[in-house]
Amino acid sequence: MDQIMAVLLRSGVLLAASLVFIGGVVYLSRHDLPATNYRVFQGEPQELRTVGGILREAGEFHGRGLIQLGLLLLIATPVARVLFSVLAFIYERDWTYVAITMIVLSLLCYSLFGGGGL
Amino acid sequence: MNTLEFTLLVGMGSLLAGFLGSLTGLGGGVVIVPMLTLLFRVDIRYAIGAALVSVIATSSGAAAAYVKEGYSNVRVGMFLEIATTVGALVGAAVALHLHVSVIAIIFGFALIYSALSSLREKSEHTTNGPPDHIATWLRLDSSYPTPNGVTQYHVRGVPLGFALMFGAGVLSGLLGIGSGAVKVLAMDQAMKLPFKVSTTTSNFMIGVTAAASAGIYLSRGYIDPGIAMPVMLGVLGGSLVGARILAGATVRSLRLVFAVVIGFLAVEMIYNGFAGKM
Repeated sequence: MDQIMAVLLRSGVLLAASLVFIGGVVYLSRHDLPATNYRVFQGEPQELRTVGGILREAGEFHGRGLIQLGLLLLIATPVARVLFSVLAFIYERDWTYVAITMIVLSLLCYSLFGGGGL
Repeated sequence: MNTLEFTLLVGMGSLLAGFLGSLTGLGGGVVIVPMLTLLFRVDIRYAIGAALVSVIATSSGAAAAYVKEGYSNVRVGMFLEIATTVGALVGAAVALHLHVSVIAIIFGFALIYSALSSLREKSEHTTNGPPDHIATWLRLDSSYPTPNGVTQYHVRGVPLGFALMFGAGVLSGLLGIGSGAVKVLAMDQAMKLPFKVSTTTSNFMIGVTAAASAGIYLSRGYIDPGIAMPVMLGVLGGSLVGARILAGATVRSLRLVFAVVIGFLAVEMIYNGFAGKM
């Protein structure tokens, strides 16, 4: 069980990093990039803030979209690990910990899919 | 500066941060926010978003190794993660409404605490006291490998540990750090876990806590791909190199230097916060 979790974590990070790297290359290869000014906080455009938007941007092979998709995958890696723990506890018939882990899982899902409205 | 220069410089800084972070055990996230805000003049909100991302990356990579060795206590970790995750959501929500100067000041003090606690000698405490009711009910007691063979230990102080974990979560969501120092404090001092179990379980938990706040930061537009990209790749690369070079052993003098540097950064951030320069 532990072995599978370790592999899961590592491959998640690796996949995410690859996406971010590829996105980075695409992003930097554009010639019309403005000078950086992160001093003023404007917030990211809508399409880089939602799961649907990010998938669309990445699908159109936009650099920033690809990077954001990689980051989304990275954030999802610990979530996947918690999901895996739920399954592992179900397998062990440890219902107390199935419940505990599902609480954590739902909190994480709330953050990923519904957290923008705070 | 143009985008390419920015990316390369941030990437190199993050590489160094990740390298030093993994050598000293302090983590790269703690240096990323001061580096981005003080050196690169990035708004602290973007900086925290990027730092959270790097915390997830390094902790997931490290946790993969620790789970295998049989030190971390999965039940303790999962149970306490309820507290840390709720804390992270609260911290992230509060951060959205706090003035950046306040965040900078809190961050400075958290940095000072991290630096000091990394230098503290780990105190020996007995781990074979009587069993605790709550710990027994939740089946938190376990065992871990030692030079003397597999040793059992009992877990105590569950409510206090839970409360401290909530605090660790709030800090993580508010400041974009892993709060490893507070987590280890809670498990080591309040819950009387063996030190190695505390540190490995903390590593195991940090990624989940950071992911909870990161989701909110992402949907609020605090995570910018142009910044997060070099930070994530740099810190990951640096920590992998650091882990390889000094497999587990930490050098005290290096920790001291790192702690002093962090202390200095902390003072700068607090000053900037009060002076309204953030």
